[in-house]
Amino acid sequence: MVNASQVEAVSSSSAIPQVKPYEYVLEVVNARKEFPGVVALDNVSLKVRPGTVHALMGENGAGKSTLMKIIAGIYHPDAGEIRLRGEAVHLATPLAAQEAGIAMIHQELLLMNSMTVAENIWIRREPRNAFGLVNHAQMHQMTTELFDRLNITLDPDAEVSELSVANRQMVEIAKAVSFNSDVLIMDEPTSAITEKEVAHLFEIIRGLRERGIGIVYITHKMNELFEIADEFSVFRDGHYIATHLSSEVTRDDIIQMMVGREITQMFPKEEVEIGDVVLSVKNLTLEGVFHDVSFDVRAGEILGFAGLVGSGRSNVAETLFGVTPATSGTIEINGKKASIQTSHDAIKLGMAFLTEDRKETGCFLPLDIQENAQMAVIHDDFVKYGFVQEAKLEKVCLEISQKLRVKTPNMHECIENLSGGNQQKVLIGRWLLTNPKILILDEPTRGIDVGAKAEIHSLITQLAHNGVAVIMISSEMPEVLGMSDRVLVMHEGHCTGILDRADADQVKVMDLAAQ
Amino acid sequence: MTTRTATAPNATLAAPSKKRLPQEISILLVLFGIAAFFEVLGWFLVGQSFLGNMSRLQIIILQVSVIGIIAVGVTQVIITGGIDLSSGSVVAMSGMVAATFAQDANWPKIIHPALVDLPWFIPLAVGLAVGAAAGFVNGWLITKTKIPPFIATLGMMVSARGVARWYTDGSPVSGFTESFAMLGNGMGRWAPVVIFLVVAVVFHVVMRYTRFGKFTYAIGANPQAARVSGINIETHLIKVYMIAGLLAGLAAMVAIARIKTAQAGMGLMYELDAIAAAVIGGVSLSGGRGRITGTVIGALILGVMLSGFTFLRVDAYYQDIIKGAIIVVAVVVDMHRQNKRSKKT
Ligand SMILES: Nc1ncnc2c1ncn2[C@@H]1O[C@H](COP(=O)(O)OP(=O)(O)OP(=O)(O)O)[C@@H](O)[C@H]1O
Ligand SMILES: [Mg+2]
Repeated sequence: MVNASQVEAVSSSSAIPQVKPYEYVLEVVNARKEFPGVVALDNVSLKVRPGTVHALMGENGAGKSTLMKIIAGIYHPDAGEIRLRGEAVHLATPLAAQEAGIAMIHQELLLMNSMTVAENIWIRREPRNAFGLVNHAQMHQMTTELFDRLNITLDPDAEVSELSVANRQMVEIAKAVSFNSDVLIMDEPTSAITEKEVAHLFEIIRGLRERGIGIVYITHKMNELFEIADEFSVFRDGHYIATHLSSEVTRDDIIQMMVGREITQMFPKEEVEIGDVVLSVKNLTLEGVFHDVSFDVRAGEILGFAGLVGSGRSNVAETLFGVTPATSGTIEINGKKASIQTSHDAIKLGMAFLTEDRKETGCFLPLDIQENAQMAVIHDDFVKYGFVQEAKLEKVCLEISQKLRVKTPNMHECIENLSGGNQQKVLIGRWLLTNPKILILDEPTRGIDVGAKAEIHSLITQLAHNGVAVIMISSEMPEVLGMSDRVLVMHEGHCTGILDRADADQVKVMDLAAQ
Repeated sequence: MTTRTATAPNATLAAPSKKRLPQEISILLVLFGIAAFFEVLGWFLVGQSFLGNMSRLQIIILQVSVIGIIAVGVTQVIITGGIDLSSGSVVAMSGMVAATFAQDANWPKIIHPALVDLPWFIPLAVGLAVGAAAGFVNGWLITKTKIPPFIATLGMMVSARGVARWYTDGSPVSGFTESFAMLGNGMGRWAPVVIFLVVAVVFHVVMRYTRFGKFTYAIGANPQAARVSGINIETHLIKVYMIAGLLAGLAAMVAIARIKTAQAGMGLMYELDAIAAAVIGGVSLSGGRGRITGTVIGALILGVMLSGFTFLRVDAYYQDIIKGAIIVVAVVVDMHRQNKRSKKT
């Protein structure tokens, strides 16, 4: 990576001590990190060249986020060294890492919801006026410039709580870019956004790469690897496996490296016998959010929901589940009219709902895995005279988490300490325990690794096989197309079409989604 | 498949669960440490034993009982992510109202409603009902109007104190029946302690082993996730605040039966002692974390400190200063420990 002029400069001025040109902007050497009961990283190394995108691949719980948090000064390694621009550094705090030129986009959103977009981006770096007070006009100006540069169209003065998850992710991205750092870490930045935003993000990444920034990019999506990454490293169970150029390997090679086995089938869709209509929705409306949505789902059928972010897919799901009761329209279950005013009503009717945002509406972060998994079944089942049947519950929770391969030392680990993908698995387990007749899944494989993804897909197929009616919202086109019997497409709060599996393809879905 | 199962997830999962030292142990150690501290200082400064004095220990534990009963309710409120500032005033209100139903016919100064010589459980029921009603109003305000618990219970704190004064125009009520006074002096004067322990055990079981308890933790840990999990947050919160009110009422009964008089100024700042007991006991003010056992030990720590300072003849001003400092230190230590547990290591 050292170009000719630099080499000349070094040789001609050998008398003066020169900054050594570096091959790697960031190096991690033999890092080790242990948590109580888990070795998250064992002797791991990583080398990132400036002006490249370096992808990090590995199963859930492989230690990717942990390594990134070490680089960002959040965790301290038990052993090992970090070198920045060729020199060993000690990153005591996140602030020290920022000042050393490292910026990070975290796996979970870390914005302050009650503050504006601009305040979030410039926090601790607010422009000040002569009196030392925050200069809001200038801050607005700086945000606008940043957004112009990145082609983002968001109001700098909007409160973050009003933004969709995807737009919040864009704010996080803009914030990370605004540090003008040499190293930019992105931990699954695309898990919450649709293809349109992904394309936008990649444009931004290419721009940064041209400016010589070293980008570490974590993803579970193979196609992204080939599209954006120059190099990649693979981790497995806290161990470093290999580093390669992404141009010299195939998908299967990578999967082999990640999981140590082959995954034969990505979307194990089975032809199952479709039964009677289980859920029938007519003219469902939530005033101001979505209007006149009608569809049927039959036993054994998987109905996919496609659409852009903000098209109202998740809102329909929330209304079906009684989180935000409908303002008009009817819901029929097994031919009987159902009034669903609360989630409890929905659960009693045999529904289950995996929400989109595991941190906001999914996990009970201070509680342990067991308690997180059991929360939806202890309404009537597993309860006697108000007492929960601890022993029985422990057994079924352990079973489900083994089935889903949750990686944890034991069931009494705080869920906060699990990796993102493993948290997701626990939440899926929570709803499977309820033995639902109607299963609503909002981004079910968000943050889940390829291996586990295939397993979750076959689990969904299995449930359909057993006569469960499934509604699956997903922003991943291959997932929707691969798994669904029919695809319902939404656009700005309206259902713009329902496609049969045979007719559904990317182009048709996008047409309906964007109108 | 084979390589994978060999390398981990299931293998690690099945491994015997390594239980970490429960939080209560460390708080218990603090309690013993403080007691030992006074014991040593006692020999040096006053020339006598602090712990080797049965009547002192009894006084400590009697004093702790009243605050402890309140703290058991407040703990539940804090675990839901709320706070209850009204307990002290609710003690005064239910104490005053119930006292007027507990009077003996031979007492010269009977206060309305002039019902005398009632069996002991009637004033008790009245006191509990008044407390629970106050808790209901708290819970109703919080869930229906969506005002923060801090504000709702602050309002109740002021109003309930007002009711306590208005009810008898400020005059104290005394002259209780023998049977009612037993609530505070029965069982060889241990009645308050027994009541406290029963309350603590009952709610320890409720919080750990019942659906009700699990839902309380869930609401504090993440109300939105709790809602989606089918928990009716509104009714549950009302119940929790009612329990807190009811226990404040019960504490009031024990207190007035013991000192054989009720007055409108009683229970002042009890809410803060109760909150302090919970917080010292490791209950997290951000909700979702904490145990009744911790609170009980927290209350004991407060009681031992109070008695210890008196024993060492430390001036009352200093006592308050030190007490305040200890509460803050307890929270700092607790937060540090939680951080260590979940984030930085
Ligand atoms: N604070 C913590 N305390 C205890 N264990 C932890 C903590 N943080 C992470 N771990 C454990 O370390 C391992 C690695 O976690 P990490 O978050 O780095 O995985 P990951 O590769 O990012 O996975 P994912 O793809 O699911 O995000 C996991 O087994 C996790 O349970
Ligand atoms: Mg991760």
